Amino acid sequence: MSGDRTIARERIESGVREGLGRRCLALAWSSRERLWIDIEPASIRDAVACMCRRLGARLATATGFDAADAFEVLYHFAFDAEGIVATLRVRIQDRERPEIDSVADFLPSANWIEREIYDILGIRFRGHPDPRRLLLSDDWPEGVHPLRRKA
Amino acid sequence: MNLALRALARSPWVFHLSTGSCNNCDIEVLDCLTPRFDVERFGILLAPSIRHADVLLVTGSVTRQSVIRLRRLYEQAPKPCLVIAVGTCACSQHFFRESYHSAEPVDRIVPVDVYVPGCPPKPEAIIVGAVKAIAKLRGGSVHVG
Amino acid sequence: MKTKIPIGPYHPLMEEPESFLLDVDGDRITGIDVRLSYNHRGIEKLSEGRTFEQVPFIVERICGICSNSHPYAYVLAFEDLAGIQVPERAQYIRTIVAELERIHSHFLWIGLAGHFLGYNTVFMWAWKHREDILDAFEAISGNRQNYAVMCPGGVRWDIDDDARRLIAEKIDAIEPKARLFLKAICDDPVLHARLRGVGVLPKEDAIAYGALGPTARASGLAIDVRRDHPYGAYDRVEWDVCVEGGCDVLAKAMVRARENIESIRIIRQCLRDLPPGPIRVEPEEAPAGEGIGHVEAPRGECFHYVRSDGGNRPIRHKVRAPTFMNLPTCQVTVPGMTLADTTIVLAAIDPCYCCTERTVVVRRDGSRVGWGDLVRLSREKTERLCREIRRPER
Repeated sequence: MSGDRTIARERIESGVREGLGRRCLALAWSSRERLWIDIEPASIRDAVACMCRRLGARLATATGFDAADAFEVLYHFAFDAEGIVATLRVRIQDRERPEIDSVADFLPSANWIEREIYDILGIRFRGHPDPRRLLLSDDWPEGVHPLRRKA
Repeated sequence: MNLALRALARSPWVFHLSTGSCNNCDIEVLDCLTPRFDVERFGILLAPSIRHADVLLVTGSVTRQSVIRLRRLYEQAPKPCLVIAVGTCACSQHFFRESYHSAEPVDRIVPVDVYVPGCPPKPEAIIVGAVKAIAKLRGGSVHVG
Repeated sequence: MKTKIPIGPYHPLMEEPESFLLDVDGDRITGIDVRLSYNHRGIEKLSEGRTFEQVPFIVERICGICSNSHPYAYVLAFEDLAGIQVPERAQYIRTIVAELERIHSHFLWIGLAGHFLGYNTVFMWAWKHREDILDAFEAISGNRQNYAVMCPGGVRWDIDDDARRLIAEKIDAIEPKARLFLKAICDDPVLHARLRGVGVLPKEDAIAYGALGPTARASGLAIDVRRDHPYGAYDRVEWDVCVEGGCDVLAKAMVRARENIESIRIIRQCLRDLPPGPIRVEPEEAPAGEGIGHVEAPRGECFHYVRSDGGNRPIRHKVRAPTFMNLPTCQVTVPGMTLADTTIVLAAIDPCYCCTERTVVVRRDGSRVGWGDLVRLSREKTERLCREIRRPER
């Protein structure tokens, strides 16, 4: 069983490295089942396409985070056949106008995920097919994003 | 449980509304209809339309998105209409009072006549609350045996 | 049951926000829009104000029906972050509670589906027998709902011999009911006429939308967190992942009916094999870092991410419930359906009950039809099919 898991890990790691090439800035395992990969925001469409189409992973969800010096978006991919969760991390440096390309046009599962992150953090997903508010009330004030750190 | 309810002119209609809840209270309210609790033996009926309601049974901590609906439904209910707040969220918003998406508690938006705290309250407690509200409505009295 | 359905459309309530807004042309749904927000209570932000130990009490109240699943995924995320090994006995207890929850949730769903289809006795029957499971929870934790079993490092309540006996009795009591329901799903011609080919989610759409749980497995997508990313005692007991290829509401019902039987199998083995030992390790301070935990809730994968800066509170807690991924599939399954089939197609993904109550259909002439009318139309269709199917041959 653990032998299978080791082989699976190696296969996923080499698949990620091959598929992302130089887009992969850093790659590390925090445990046998948890892989963390850093990429530039500009690479996100290629990287997501690689994870889903080439490597067969499922986008489980994405986490937005206000890291004070930048915004992070973590895209969590489940490799169900191998029992591994791999997270793609991007850091968006522009705090005034945080943006990243949407992947919802080719990955419907990203649609609501991106809308939610826009609501709570104000990160704009360029090219999103339906960039409406998802969670916050109709009377919620524009420009107020509840999970941003207070200045 | 031994309840004797007097002076009910006819079966009261209870309209159930959630203002943003985890659904536990709502499920326990529906549970009251099922054989183990059988709220119908007290003549209580679940009203699908607010226009038939004698009692408005409210759950949830009142999200901002729910305020209009809560107000609107109370306005549309024929008066007198008693309001029962079921669950700690409806009574006092629970810890959701700290949430950025909470509006005011139920009893700042509509007048509340009976509070049934609990997270969730058991069906027995909800039934006692409903029966007390109805007795109040009809000017009857309730003996809990 | 004396619940009455209103006759005719609701009075138009132009300002009232709805959860599901459907466009209809004649008798067919042409479009659907979903508006969340009613239940948005800012859970993730509330977590940041609590200690790691307190967070389970918050997330338990995200969804009452999956009351155990969110705390389970959260404690797994914390244990992933902190590198904690949970004692064996706790793993088995966690598994027992999780499977009891699956049965109670599926029986609840069966009752609601029966209500929407017009089988009122099914509603009463399913919810009456669900009480057996709630008794089991009360025996373990003292509470029917919100049983507060999960904590970082293990479980808060042990299962003593009395509780073990009671759980076994309740499982024995519910098994024939579960089998009866499975048989009905397999055999009843009216259910087949009513549900086959209705609300179809093709497999490729299930994958594209990231569908989860019975919604995915009914479309032939063989994913289940319990098998794929093992946790608890799932890799130490015998059980099967339930997959169907029909893609329709019938298939979703079949998956849930079969899962009840599998849950019973799992619980019995866990009760039999329950190892001795402690039920908890006392967690130390969490290091700075990140953790991910996910479990197979009754509706599909519950996914939690937790981040720490070395303090005793999360600096970020991301929660993703399964319904968040399953709800958008209604954009595939609902258009083309008749009004009469709307309630069961929406109910088939097992969404938040209160969200469905706020469904409104907007006709071309601007008049509106509410949830109550949709339920009535659904029941009328069932009655019609009943008459047609049970009519003797001429």
